[in-house]
Amino acid sequence: MYVAVKGGERAIENAHRLLAHERRGDPAVPELSLDQISEQLSLAVDRVMTEGSLYDRELASLAIKQARGDLIEAIFLARAFRATLPRFGISEPIDTGAMQIRRRISATFKDIPGGQILGPTFDYTHRLLDPALAGETLPEQPATTPAEATSMPRVTDILGADGLIEPSPQAEEGAPIGDLTREPLNFPANRELRLQNLARGDEGFLLAMGYSTQRGYGRTHPFTGEIRLGEVEVEFMAEEVGFAVPLGRITVTECQMVNQFKGSATEPPCFTRGYGLAFGQSERKTMSMALVDRALRARDFGDDVKAPAQDEEFVLSHSDNVQATGFVEHLKLPHYVDFQSELGLIRKLRREFAEAQAESMNRMKEAAE
Amino acid sequence: MNAQPAAYNFAYLDEQTKRMIRRAILKGIAIPGYQVPFASREMPMPYGWGTGGVQVTAAILGPDDTLKVIDQGSDDTTNAISIRKFFEKTAGVATTTVTTEATVIQTRHRIPEKELQDNQVLVYQVPIPEPLRFLEPRETETRRMHALAEYGLMHVKLYEDIAHHGHIATSYAYPVKVNARYVMDPSPTPKFDNPKMDDCAALQLFGAGREKRIYAVPPYTKVVSLDFEDHPFERYRHQAPCALCGADDSYLDEVVMDDKGGRMFVCSDTDHCETRRAEGFRGVQPEALA
Repeated sequence: MYVAVKGGERAIENAHRLLAHERRGDPAVPELSLDQISEQLSLAVDRVMTEGSLYDRELASLAIKQARGDLIEAIFLARAFRATLPRFGISEPIDTGAMQIRRRISATFKDIPGGQILGPTFDYTHRLLDPALAGETLPEQPATTPAEATSMPRVTDILGADGLIEPSPQAEEGAPIGDLTREPLNFPANRELRLQNLARGDEGFLLAMGYSTQRGYGRTHPFTGEIRLGEVEVEFMAEEVGFAVPLGRITVTECQMVNQFKGSATEPPCFTRGYGLAFGQSERKTMSMALVDRALRARDFGDDVKAPAQDEEFVLSHSDNVQATGFVEHLKLPHYVDFQSELGLIRKLRREFAEAQAESMNRMKEAAE
Repeated sequence: MNAQPAAYNFAYLDEQTKRMIRRAILKGIAIPGYQVPFASREMPMPYGWGTGGVQVTAAILGPDDTLKVIDQGSDDTTNAISIRKFFEKTAGVATTTVTTEATVIQTRHRIPEKELQDNQVLVYQVPIPEPLRFLEPRETETRRMHALAEYGLMHVKLYEDIAHHGHIATSYAYPVKVNARYVMDPSPTPKFDNPKMDDCAALQLFGAGREKRIYAVPPYTKVVSLDFEDHPFERYRHQAPCALCGADDSYLDEVVMDDKGGRMFVCSDTDHCETRRAEGFRGVQPEALA
């Protein structure tokens, strides 16, 4: 007998119970703590914070645990929680020039003021599985050196001093800042909204889009001007006291791409910019974001909009993995009412087809006779 | 971190958000069939599961309301249960499966068979609000087409269907014209339901969460399914009475009974079917799904 039409309520409850059971796994294995996730799966936490648009390591760790390690599900949990939080204001722009730097590299110069600092990176590791990590490990203490009080100017600022790169577009003083979590996105979108969209966009989607520009679909001749990772101060302008109050420090990764030049009859040629920023250490994300940001500025520079990565509506409408996964996975929901309508139509079309066939056979037979 | 269960506002959404949604709803009512952009929130259920409808319901629900939630016409499908429980938990409102008792009915893919009354609001969950989307993927273009009431492309599509298949090959989400102005997507309801939208006493609200659009059909508004004089709009319904209640005018679900071609047809609107059976109507297999 067909049972699926009844008993939905119990089925849901039991499914939730089973899910909780599966999440825990073998109870003989110690349960993961949030600290373990935050400390030892820190790049996953960074991704959830970035795409969840919520800087909170503990909540992101909880989301990862609850989502059984499914990062898009974890991002969704973070987003749904974030949506209920009240807004009390907008912070001052963070100053990445004043960053406490942990890693900083430039591909455009051999050496730069303040030096190249490799920091914690997979870049030059050999990707050989390390059997030692299967057990408990105590890595060596990191090498240290006394901090020097050297300034670390951004590479784009060095280029900018000579006018070799376009100035970073400045927002109008006092102009309202768009917020795509509070206003629907309309097209054409301005750059701040585009960057917001890319910042919370799916890493894999942006990676593929950025990659496509390198393979000729909207080529921009990019160089990694600089990637920097470290801590920056977040400040909030408190009207009551009349100055910016520090709220705390956050870890961010910033990537500035330097792309091939633009010029005109009246403007000398100069390099152009693509920008990426993410919470935590998220280099793949920020590099991809910078490539796509530059590709989306095609119109500003009078480039033809031909490639997918240059197409604002295409990129911005499909970058959000919470939206994308929701709509793709909603195909799991019952659609039998519409399918019934389609069944009715196709049966009718097939019947008419068969009738027409039979009729033309008859006519041929008559003609032959 | 706070281990206490978070306390949420009545019907989950905060009052600021509800006000924003209500403004969009009012605008939608003022311009029937026009898609109003709204700042859709991330809800605690996935996009595609009815986040638009849930937000509209949350914004209009009051403590005295009685809520009914259906999916595919049924109160007992898993997602309908999940949404009904969500509002039981966050709003504590009375819920019902009886169409006539409900003041707010949230639906996915169906309009109840019972004629709706002027004290009722029907909230539709909408996946793709733009009826022109599959003809023109760009929002900038489709908004312009609506602004100019430039709907030739839609008529060409319907004409091409007739040229290819001999019929308009749209069997659900069948486009309608509202108040002789906007072409509107009725959400993926089977076209059988389209005539119920016309001159309906209830307020009809449409919420698309992922696409961030709300639109509305005010009570007693003209809603016309697009067609041609020589190919008039036709409702489809499987030509059989409901096997359970014998109804010969309701939309039917086809239930596959075995792998030998056995089928039975039953009302998709479970409340309609149950009410009829309670009134003593019987089909040919009244106990088949008991």
